[in-house]
Amino acid sequence: MKILTKKNIYTLVLVLLIYFLVLLLSNVGIIDSYIQLNMVIVGINIILAVSLNLITGFTGQFSLGHAAFMAIGAYASGIMTAKLGQPFIVGVAVAALSASLAGLLIGIPTLRLRGDYLAIATLGFGEIIKIIGLNNDYVGGAIGLNDIPRYTNWTWLYFSVIATIFIISNFVKSYHGRACISIREDEIAAEAMGVNTTYYKILAFVIGAFFAGIAGALYANYFYFIKPDTFGFMKSIDILVIVVFGGMGSITGSIVGAVILSVISSFLQGFPELRMVIYAVILFLIMVYRPQGVMGDKEFKLFNKEGGLSGNVSSK
Amino acid sequence: MKKVVSVFLVLIMVASLVVGCSSDSGQGSGDADTIKVGLNYELSGNVASYGTDLSDGIEMAIEEINKNGGVLGKQIEVIKMDNTSDSAEAANISERLITRENVVTILGPATSGNTKGALPPAEQHGVPLVSASATADDVTVDSNGKVRDYVFKTCFSDSYQGVTMANFAYNDLGLKNAAILVENTSDYSIGIQNSFIEEFTKLGGKIVAEEAYQSKETDFRAVLTNIRAANPEVLLVPGYYEEVGLIIKQARELGIDVPILGGDGYDSPEILDLAGADALNDVYYSNHYSPMDTSEEVVAFRNAFKEKFGREPGAFHAMGYDLGYFFADAVERAGEASPEKIRDAMAETVDFKGITGTLSIDENHNPVKAVTILELVNGEPKFLKKLEP
Amino acid sequence: MEHFIQQIVNGISLGSIYALMALGYTMVYGIIKLINFAHGEIYMVGAYIGYALTTFFNFGFFPALILSMILTSLLGVVIEKVAYKPMRNSTRIAALITAIAVSMFLQYGMMYFVTPQTRSYPNILPDIQVSLFGTNAVVDIRNIYILTVTIVLMLLLQYVIHKTKTGKAMRAVALDGDASQLMGIDMNKTISYTFAIGSALAGAAGVLVGIYYNTINPLMGAVPGLKAFIAAVIGGIGVIPGAVFGGFFLGVTETVVSALGGSLYKDAVAFAILILVLLIKPNGIFGSNQREKV
Repeated sequence: MKILTKKNIYTLVLVLLIYFLVLLLSNVGIIDSYIQLNMVIVGINIILAVSLNLITGFTGQFSLGHAAFMAIGAYASGIMTAKLGQPFIVGVAVAALSASLAGLLIGIPTLRLRGDYLAIATLGFGEIIKIIGLNNDYVGGAIGLNDIPRYTNWTWLYFSVIATIFIISNFVKSYHGRACISIREDEIAAEAMGVNTTYYKILAFVIGAFFAGIAGALYANYFYFIKPDTFGFMKSIDILVIVVFGGMGSITGSIVGAVILSVISSFLQGFPELRMVIYAVILFLIMVYRPQGVMGDKEFKLFNKEGGLSGNVSSK
Repeated sequence: MKKVVSVFLVLIMVASLVVGCSSDSGQGSGDADTIKVGLNYELSGNVASYGTDLSDGIEMAIEEINKNGGVLGKQIEVIKMDNTSDSAEAANISERLITRENVVTILGPATSGNTKGALPPAEQHGVPLVSASATADDVTVDSNGKVRDYVFKTCFSDSYQGVTMANFAYNDLGLKNAAILVENTSDYSIGIQNSFIEEFTKLGGKIVAEEAYQSKETDFRAVLTNIRAANPEVLLVPGYYEEVGLIIKQARELGIDVPILGGDGYDSPEILDLAGADALNDVYYSNHYSPMDTSEEVVAFRNAFKEKFGREPGAFHAMGYDLGYFFADAVERAGEASPEKIRDAMAETVDFKGITGTLSIDENHNPVKAVTILELVNGEPKFLKKLEP
Repeated sequence: MEHFIQQIVNGISLGSIYALMALGYTMVYGIIKLINFAHGEIYMVGAYIGYALTTFFNFGFFPALILSMILTSLLGVVIEKVAYKPMRNSTRIAALITAIAVSMFLQYGMMYFVTPQTRSYPNILPDIQVSLFGTNAVVDIRNIYILTVTIVLMLLLQYVIHKTKTGKAMRAVALDGDASQLMGIDMNKTISYTFAIGSALAGAAGVLVGIYYNTINPLMGAVPGLKAFIAAVIGGIGVIPGAVFGGFFLGVTETVVSALGGSLYKDAVAFAILILVLLIKPNGIFGSNQREKV
């Protein structure tokens, strides 16, 4: 397989071009701190949504506990950088590893369950992790962990997002990814065809948790302050909404979903009293009129195989 | 595969522009006709009741100020936004209020946690942020002991109330064995608990039982039964009226007749409805002021509030109301509505007279104000003593 | 001993509320296989209706209870028709998010109209403490009301489901919707009935909780809703006595955990029990084992 295809080179150039463009615009002040903050929120949401999409969209495993992995990552990085004075790279690494370890420990027992039962079990684990955080005095309990150094910047955010998208989109196209998709389509048939379903379910769970941990680290080291309540049930739902809204099994869909929902959210800030009511109605209308999400399970392609501009929506 | 990446890039750009533009509308009116103040409050989510009370109080004060001619000859314009009880959203709203709406000061949020989330943009851009209810000690002072330049609070620190009540229990009531029932999900409650324990044991008292509950719980019988078994002489419940009302009722039903102590979270007319008059005896709490105060300002506030909202004001309403006036007072003394001047004026506040007492701002940006201890007799608060700072 | 008795009494009184809510949950889940997150919100609306009736219209206990059950059952039917029916053929996850959207809509819609402040019920039931066996252990008269109402409603429900035609239709739809339609059962009507009954039970629980704990607020339904679902799963989804057992079991367990000094971990223990039950006996303690068919 050729790596240096025209298409890949174009993509790489575009990736770097945009990186430097944003850097430039930030330095001259066209992108101000408010836009930066929203880019961080969108970026973190993209990482969370793409990683949950691997679990829920591609492997078909209902998870309502994704925020818990984010919490583990946020606290791991918070402890490393604020309490132990380690550099951010250590914080991110420990965050990702501890979250994926938690994914493994939670995944082994619960992934035997299916459908709604799995959803409720993961919800339960999410709440248990939140309760442990609330009762742990080392990390401040309910008071939260304060004065975490701000290390998250455009470079960290951008390349974390790119890495997440790159790794997960390659994973789902690999042999292993196909195995995951086969579990979503029909678990019994997949098993009959010799796919080790337990292994692949846990693998998807661990990879998803890994990136959620990174998202948590970025969050903790941008917002200075974390508390267990932030990572409750509603946060998991928010992530799930992005995935479903964008389209289950579509990575571009998750990206589109994260962006559109952030825009909706910042638009609704102007309606303080009715904010959540309008949000609920929007959510409801989306689910009724477009239950498969904006992108369905299609991907948006900017370049065609030869490297020309295509801008098409195509199925995989 | 990689093309996926590129889509993201385009989108993030588009989104940035949309977010940027959609909120630019406020900038046009950034002229000097009005003084803009931002309200960053919890209007939805799990602490919505506190945020709504406070912002109601603030808006009522600002309305009055505007009716009486505003400040420096200008009207105050309130820009209110909902941070959904989430600390990251509180940061987002601070950022938006400052960079898009050009407010000169941010008031809020209600809880210490969300205030910690909301304050970094204020510090970064040099816009004052004042909370009337973020009681944690580390809101105005960072973990290195450095005072945050632009952050103020107008409420007691947790430690102040905890120490006051420990002294009151040990010295005034003469009780040596205390039990504590703390709201484990509230930094306010934990803050009072910690300073109470420290002071009470230093005085020679003993903590015989420590139990905990969570916010929005309604059944406290299990933990109260445990407390009953420990036979305390006094029970400290440092929480908010919503749960405390029920705790007192259930404690009395279970036969726990010892004095119950608490902080300013008790101050609400609701507590009477929740617990019933019979249960509300032998209950003592520290507060900013006495709601039974007959001074002209307090009576005028209560009447105006009742006229507007049709019920008795609670502590959060009064504190929000004072915060509105505190802001106006600072602008007046600053002489111009610039964030730096307002900050300096706030830092120099001496003897600001509000409904909830007279306050000065100390070098840590905390208020110095007298604390009042009230006793509930058949649900009615009775003034017991006032401790000057 | 006295404390032990008191804690068991505490546990049973907490459990009876979970049980009442779990009844409605188990019926709705049994028939459309949807975790109805809005169930907790229907309970909240029921509590507010009861509050309005007793406070502003001076209704007594039973009239308020019955009227609030009727109104919440209407609300349940409307929710099903407007929100869940269009989702019947879409993915489970989309239906789940719709349920969450409905739940948020009710929470914050209610908050918009009645403000987020807590409200307290007037005293419409006698507030009397009875001492048990001459010890220090006390039981509240209102406790006994709740327990009685729960058991009566459970028996009534058992009768409806096993002895009436509607009940038979419900069981048929729960077993196999398409096949039951072929047999001439009006599935839409049956689902509406189920929602009506389930929501009426939630409304009843709301009124009882309002009276017993004397406090209601727009977000009161979220946690009990989740607990009721746990109770329903523990007892076995779709099994009426199982839901009641699950409710009492959960209530007593939480109280025992608190009594042993773990009050902060009682929610964690509830979820841990749920996960254990799911792993060991996925169909619940009272549920029958079903083999998965290809």
